[in-house]
Amino acid sequence: MNQTAKTACCSGFVTQSRWNPYLVGIGLGLLSWAVFGIVNNPLGVTTTLSQWAGAVAEPVIGAEGLRTNAYWAKELPKWDYGTFFLIGTFFGALVGAALSRDLRIEVVPAVWRERFGSSPAKRLVVAFVGGLLAMYGARMAGGCTSGNGLSGSMQLAVSGWTFFITMFATGLATAWLMFGRRGSSVRASSAESQKERVA
Amino acid sequence: MTLPITGNASLVLAVVFGFIFGLLLQRGRVADYNTIVNQFRFKDFTVLKVMFTAIVVGGIGVLVLHQTGHAAYHIKPANMLGVVLGAGIFGIGMVTYGYCPGTGIAAVATGSVHALVGFAGMLAGGILYALSFSWVNEHILSVAALGKVRLPDVTGIADWVWFIILAAIAAVVFFAIERLAPTQKSPVGQ
Repeated sequence: MNQTAKTACCSGFVTQSRWNPYLVGIGLGLLSWAVFGIVNNPLGVTTTLSQWAGAVAEPVIGAEGLRTNAYWAKELPKWDYGTFFLIGTFFGALVGAALSRDLRIEVVPAVWRERFGSSPAKRLVVAFVGGLLAMYGARMAGGCTSGNGLSGSMQLAVSGWTFFITMFATGLATAWLMFGRRGSSVRASSAESQKERVA
Repeated sequence: MTLPITGNASLVLAVVFGFIFGLLLQRGRVADYNTIVNQFRFKDFTVLKVMFTAIVVGGIGVLVLHQTGHAAYHIKPANMLGVVLGAGIFGIGMVTYGYCPGTGIAAVATGSVHALVGFAGMLAGGILYALSFSWVNEHILSVAALGKVRLPDVTGIADWVWFIILAAIAAVVFFAIERLAPTQKSPVGQ
């Protein structure tokens, strides 16, 4: 923990790949104070993503189709707070990764490769299906890790904590089915050093 | 200046807050497939550390803001069947995708191609949800719908007691994690 104070003060802070996770958690907590207090808009992602999905569907189903859909009628695509927030998220991660020299093309991540091999097709198909399930589930639950897990839980919402605990349980079961109990030689540290070599 | 800020000024702030969010996710290493999947394998506790700290720190601040009249709550309805089913699907999705929606967007920005493909999957999921919404709304969201309830409402335990309990749990869990699997020191600054 002494390391925290040491690294926080030093010039490496801007360029280092990894900030202390507790400091990052405190940062997200303070960011929550700001978004609640200043813009009255809790951290959240998937409500906005549903609007973006509507924008993608619009050329096919038409503007009328969007307006008459029971869901999109409430969440029509628009340049609103949520959309600008996600654009900011993209650029925050981009600038962060550029400054720490962590920008790199990754098709098959280390942990996946160790278990399932380096076939891009396999990884990309599963990523697509996974993204689909994550989004569908998040919308049914009323929010994702941000809207329910963070914002909901910190407001002591029943929905937030129910979401957090349930998704962790099925996530654990999924990881167990996919990776089994056997140990892995690829841990975050070696995955990281691998990335540094690429960068 | 009157709060909350709305209109165009709030859109500028949206970019600023989003930027900080993305930066924190990237530097917190949670915009990394390996970190997220290894959390669910109990090989890396970064996600838990980040989220639990954020919930306790954020929650205490938001509670104070709310009690002093400076913030409104935004409670999502506890449609229990929908939340349990949805969260269950979400957990499967998060581990197979390797990201959650927010960290997925951050990962796309750092160059993750599979995060981008999964992002397309998320848009497809959003379309499917909208198309199936009428049915889901009628048959799932209406079951065990408790409304916008909070833990203090259903337990009778006061807000501040909840945060003392949560902070105590966090302290114990973090202490145990650091004993068994210490936070990795940054490669820089060593």
